[in-house]
Amino acid sequence: MLDILFIGLSLGSILLLVALGLAITYGAMGVINMAHGEMVMIGAYVAVLSGIWLKASLLLAIPLAFVVTALLGLLIERVVVRRLYGRLLDTLLATWGIAILLQQAVRLEFGLSFFGIHVEGLGAGLQNVAVPAYLQGTFRLAGADINAYRTFIIAVTAALTLATWFILYRTAAGMQVRAIIRNPNMAAACGIDVKRVNAMTFAFGSGLAGVAGVMMSGFKTVFPDMGTTMVVDGFMVVVTGGVGSLFGTILSSGLLGEINALVAIGTNDILARAVVFGVVILVILVKPSGLFSFKGR
Amino acid sequence: MVFNRREFLKTAATASAALALPALGSRAFAADAIKVGALYSQTGGLSVAEKLLANGVMMAVAEINAAGGVLGRPVEVVVEDGASDPKTFSEKASKLILKDKISTVFGCHTSASRKAVLPIFERRGAMLFYQTHYEGFECSRNVVYSGAVPNQQLSNYIPWIVEKLGKKKFFIVGSNYVYPREMAKVSKKLIEAAGAEWVADEYLELGHSEWAVMVSKIKESGADVVLSNVVGDSIIAFYREFKNQGLSQEVLPICATVTSEIEIAAMGAEYAAGSYTSFPYFMSIDTPANKSFIDRFRTFVNDPKAVTYHSLEAAYFQVFLWKQAVEKSGDLSADAIRAGIRGQTYEAPGGKVTTDPDNLHCWLTPRIGQWQADGQSKVVDAYPAPIKPLPYSAYGETENNLFCTSNGLDAAKLKG
Repeated sequence: MLDILFIGLSLGSILLLVALGLAITYGAMGVINMAHGEMVMIGAYVAVLSGIWLKASLLLAIPLAFVVTALLGLLIERVVVRRLYGRLLDTLLATWGIAILLQQAVRLEFGLSFFGIHVEGLGAGLQNVAVPAYLQGTFRLAGADINAYRTFIIAVTAALTLATWFILYRTAAGMQVRAIIRNPNMAAACGIDVKRVNAMTFAFGSGLAGVAGVMMSGFKTVFPDMGTTMVVDGFMVVVTGGVGSLFGTILSSGLLGEINALVAIGTNDILARAVVFGVVILVILVKPSGLFSFKGR
Repeated sequence: MVFNRREFLKTAATASAALALPALGSRAFAADAIKVGALYSQTGGLSVAEKLLANGVMMAVAEINAAGGVLGRPVEVVVEDGASDPKTFSEKASKLILKDKISTVFGCHTSASRKAVLPIFERRGAMLFYQTHYEGFECSRNVVYSGAVPNQQLSNYIPWIVEKLGKKKFFIVGSNYVYPREMAKVSKKLIEAAGAEWVADEYLELGHSEWAVMVSKIKESGADVVLSNVVGDSIIAFYREFKNQGLSQEVLPICATVTSEIEIAAMGAEYAAGSYTSFPYFMSIDTPANKSFIDRFRTFVNDPKAVTYHSLEAAYFQVFLWKQAVEKSGDLSADAIRAGIRGQTYEAPGGKVTTDPDNLHCWLTPRIGQWQADGQSKVVDAYPAPIKPLPYSAYGETENNLFCTSNGLDAAKLKG
């Protein structure tokens, strides 16, 4: 039983890893960031490239990916998203376009392949990242075999969640973000520089996605399309948990992860996914604004 | 990362000339060359694999042209992009056959795309050369199948696993579509015939990459061997999770039917070391012909680390089978090619291949490879000679009782 719960926990933590960045950008800024999955993909490619070019290990790739994707997020916010605040459907389309551009950029090696220039590690092919030996295999805990790499993912997710919580609830910047989540106009009236805070929030959310990408590169294939399906999973968690609620995001990812694992063990993975979607539909039917949401004003 | 200006200008000039050519309607060239189609995904999710296959075809054509062409005429390839979408495949197949008046198309990779173009080839009387190993259960007078069918991957594999590896309990796992399900059908028969049993038969969505639950099920099942019909990038996540959950290929080997040099390179060879795959061709086949093939392919795609694998080899040699058929009949019509190709033999990089006179599938040599730490396989077992393709083996087809004959499918046998 413990091992099933552990699998559920690890599934949940991967969901949370993807959803965390989405939750704060969607919650704070009302931006549906369809390029979020591509941030995950670029994080994974940072791990691939830093392995090839810098001979860096997976651990070093984590801060590296955070910085790279956060800067890219900042750029996207400055160039495109900034001009579209308050236009939900427009941001959806624009970020979707950005997602396609980013995918193609990686596939065409930033366009260099047109000139016959090949950048090792990029391109249309499948890539992989070496997992350090001490993270491979299993260890025994209370009579169950526990997977080392997944434990590592859970630990990293926990650390990131804690850091996010700390920034949101224990710093001045976090207070400003929370004020903007509640009421952006009032926050602006109180002297908060909404544009600057939004840019920082977007960059931070992108950075989290980049770290998620590094984590995923350890057990998934790295290729240009890998991010596309993840956005759906991320939004599933955000919507179920309640927009803008960190606690709701954590709880719903854990819940959906455990449901997935339990149903999959009892039946199969295909049915499990259907059941998870069924639960999400039920939740938003009963509580349209998610499990934990702020009261509207 | 060398940027050669002259090379770029040359490419650009050729490309613009090629684009301008149809507009000019240059008759002299069009009349001379024999046109064939290459219909593969150049874009989209399947392009990774299918571009390689297109390269295999292009390389064969380049070699044929360098050696004087077919019937003294150069071969010109009209490349179309199937865009990883069966509907686009069928549109482009119509275009190649109707607009370009092409009677032979090399192409398609997935069964979905092949099924989508099949009616067009049959109705319009053109020939498709299809190189990928597939589930069988098809009998068309308009397709030459140069890849393996289930009996050519499994008929030596299952008995070998039971006898030589001493395994008795199979866990069958696959992606959820027709190929893995048909492979499972054939393997269940063979497993029972070999005196072993299967404890589970499980499927995951195509492209699924979360293997935690499945691997834990395999662990609990009491199976002593895994038969994997998993395809695509799911394979990589599967082997990685298998090792990460502490399972060892020595105790519980994965015996696969799809995992090739491509996936091994993509997952990192250490994750697959010790596992097995059954294919008629492996990159490691140690013959001068194969070594030369690998060298030529690497030069052709300008990548010194490029890998070759079963479908690529088949994509390459099927062009030569076509050439021989055309030269035998002296005609380019589908009927002539079909007549010419029956029983046609060619020395492929992996050994002798023959087109079966009855069902137009190829006689291939089943081989079992064990993956090594360097990402290459060691051939641990092989048939001494190519064996007959039986596309309906899951339904009881045997060499003495053919379902698919030169007259077409005997549907009565399928029901019985």
